[in-house]
Amino acid sequence: MENYIKLVVLGLITLIAAIGANWGRDVAYVVHAIIIMLVSGFLFVRTLRLTDEPVRPIPIDGYMDDVVRAGVIATTFWGVVGFLVGVVIAFQLAFPSLNFEFLQPFGNFGRLRPLHTSAVIFAFGGNALIMSSFYIVQRTCGARLWGGNLSWFVFWGYNLFIVLAATGYLLGATQSKEYAEPEWYVDIWLTIVWVAFLAVYLGTIFNRKEKHIYVANWFLLSFIITVAMLHIVNNLSVPVSIWGSKSVQLFAGVQDAMTQWWYGHNAVGFFLTAGFLGMMYYFVPKQAGRPVYSYKLSIIHFWALIFLYIWAGPHHLHYTALPDWASTLGMVFSIILWMPSWGGMINGLMTLQGAWDKLRTDPIIRMMVISLAFYGMSTFEGPMMSIRAVNSLSHYTDWTIGHVHSGALGWNGMITFSALYFLTPRLWGRAQMHSMSAINWHFWLATIGIILYAASMWVTGIMEGLMWREVDANGFLVNSFADTVSAKLPMYIVRGLGGVMYLVGALIMAWNIFMTVKGGARQKAFVGVPAE
Amino acid sequence: MSSDKKDIDEVTGTDTTGHSWDGIKELNNPLPRWWLWTLYMTIVWAIGYSIAYPAWPMISGATAGVLGYSTRAEVAADIARFEEANAGISAELAAADLTTLSDNEDLMRYATSAGAAVFRNNCSQCHGSGAAGSKGYPNLLDDDWLWGGDFENISYTIRHGIRNEEDWDARYSEMTAFDDILSGDEIDAVVQHVLAISNQDHDAALAETGGVIFYDNCAACHGDDGAGNRDMGAPNLTDAIWLYGGDTASLEGTVRYARFGVMPNWGTRLTEAEIQAVTAYVHQLGGGE
Repeated sequence: MENYIKLVVLGLITLIAAIGANWGRDVAYVVHAIIIMLVSGFLFVRTLRLTDEPVRPIPIDGYMDDVVRAGVIATTFWGVVGFLVGVVIAFQLAFPSLNFEFLQPFGNFGRLRPLHTSAVIFAFGGNALIMSSFYIVQRTCGARLWGGNLSWFVFWGYNLFIVLAATGYLLGATQSKEYAEPEWYVDIWLTIVWVAFLAVYLGTIFNRKEKHIYVANWFLLSFIITVAMLHIVNNLSVPVSIWGSKSVQLFAGVQDAMTQWWYGHNAVGFFLTAGFLGMMYYFVPKQAGRPVYSYKLSIIHFWALIFLYIWAGPHHLHYTALPDWASTLGMVFSIILWMPSWGGMINGLMTLQGAWDKLRTDPIIRMMVISLAFYGMSTFEGPMMSIRAVNSLSHYTDWTIGHVHSGALGWNGMITFSALYFLTPRLWGRAQMHSMSAINWHFWLATIGIILYAASMWVTGIMEGLMWREVDANGFLVNSFADTVSAKLPMYIVRGLGGVMYLVGALIMAWNIFMTVKGGARQKAFVGVPAE
Repeated sequence: MSSDKKDIDEVTGTDTTGHSWDGIKELNNPLPRWWLWTLYMTIVWAIGYSIAYPAWPMISGATAGVLGYSTRAEVAADIARFEEANAGISAELAAADLTTLSDNEDLMRYATSAGAAVFRNNCSQCHGSGAAGSKGYPNLLDDDWLWGGDFENISYTIRHGIRNEEDWDARYSEMTAFDDILSGDEIDAVVQHVLAISNQDHDAALAETGGVIFYDNCAACHGDDGAGNRDMGAPNLTDAIWLYGGDTASLEGTVRYARFGVMPNWGTRLTEAEIQAVTAYVHQLGGGE
């Protein structure tokens, strides 16, 4: 019976997508309609073939790790893709002739840039969060993922969202909101997938065999719920036509800007901070084999963090049309946020109490420590940059880019890499990663790459900030914009090289994961079974 | 705590909360004192700051802050300070006769630094930050002027622009696209003629035919000898300076499809003193007449 309903729904989707492909007003819409038609058509045929066949029972005991394994592969794949596009656009900025004529308009910096940001944040980071949250919630609840194959829907649905978003950028469909570029139908699809994600997560927590909910799950749950809220509010828009990708935002002017940065800042706060703190709270104590440093600190900094982060958005709009009062509030909440952010760093680092010697022997622990160090650094730098006077120098400069990347490459990247190194041998039943020295190479390449990146962006950022505001004795500007651009060239090359090192590190990791999955001694016992 | 019996972590001697998730326990450590006090300090500072500065939204409007600070007022004060300091010399410049400007050293220095700033903000996007121009955008450093290089002409060009639709007094001329008028052979010939008069390698026989075609079709604007005519912004074709390129292919493109460079009218965007200043700046770059 269930299959018949599925067939009707999939058939309808295929049909509507085919009509959309025929009537679509713009090329992005048509391509998306064809992708949706092919995907739902494939699922239709697959469902048809399975209908009235003997049903293969879905295993209900043991953890559901197939979807986590798929997530590990997807995270690795999108990571490499995202870093590669990042390297390409870094060199496009240094050498504009790399915006090759034959690649226009698809290979233009303007279209590749959102492709890069979305690939690393949502494709790499998002898959890492979904994958690790599925792993963590099962282990810390002692329960199998709720909802049967719903977690597979989340995985494939989310990755379909990424493909639609990425092809949309290249084909010119964007609503021009940073980190929220996908157009209306892609947003609707993500909403559906996200609700399913929440359902799987909550369902598993309700089924838990432990009385208390582990701290990692608080963070991951706050991430899922808040991202849903942010996504819906910031993407409120009216499509121009249901057969076209263009839509018009519901808010206008400064209200739209404020909504966008309320979203944008909390994408950092709840996606890249709260979500990844959830990962940290599981993988660091597991890898170190030590208890979490302070339960009290985890409670206090969790509630302080999620209460304060949501107000900090206006600091992205200092000295704009935003009223001064809102800008002040954004700034003071950002300053108070400093210690709650550092609570996570302290709890992570101090968990190594009694296991510090592992820093010498275990490259995965080393990655976690450097990740926490970059987390601490960028959560200090952030509040500092939110101060109006500092912001008047740093805003619109490369300093911001350096800040974001010390957080993204240092904190998010490194904690994800260490999670992948933790998970891969366990998920595929291996004693350890194929090559420990390759992890070491990855560690050093990535670390030096981040340092080159962040340092060069501090230099250019502060330099161009000072050059922009430089006036002579009569108050006349000394530099033209193009002067600042040409002054930045050497540092842009250094930044590109930092990116290359980071990319090479990720390629080494991909090879290492591939070799671990492919061969080596199996060690069955590692694959987990729920407690009791 | 779930159990009466305390669970002590052996390594640190601290007791745990007694929970365990997948083997992960939690120590019962207190909040680090320095962490807590720093948090309190940031809160106290935030309260103080939000009293001093505009911060809290009320029913109609927001608290203004006891310092009476506003970002707009800060910028306005900054601008006013310089405007006040420059008021005298700026008025003097607006009324000055530019032809005798170099006699007044202070005014000349002020005009060139102000003009340079105006140029960087408004002109460098097309003419380059060094004013050397690029394809389609004239080099302002040389003495080859399309519309005239004395103060009066430079000032007029800046004020009204070229071939724009906003200003009725904009300089205007339009080259004919000869694609439909001349045959391919004729175009080839006239291109060879232009190569000849600009002292480049050319086919002498073709150039001679081209000379006749040039006389019939091009000389009205560019002059019999091709030396150009500033009244019509017709470029001098006998020198080595080319706005759109002087090679065979570029010349053929120009003859076939013509060119139509546009410059905005800055008279509505710049003040009188700024126009004077940027005129003086461009004039002293090297080619002023």
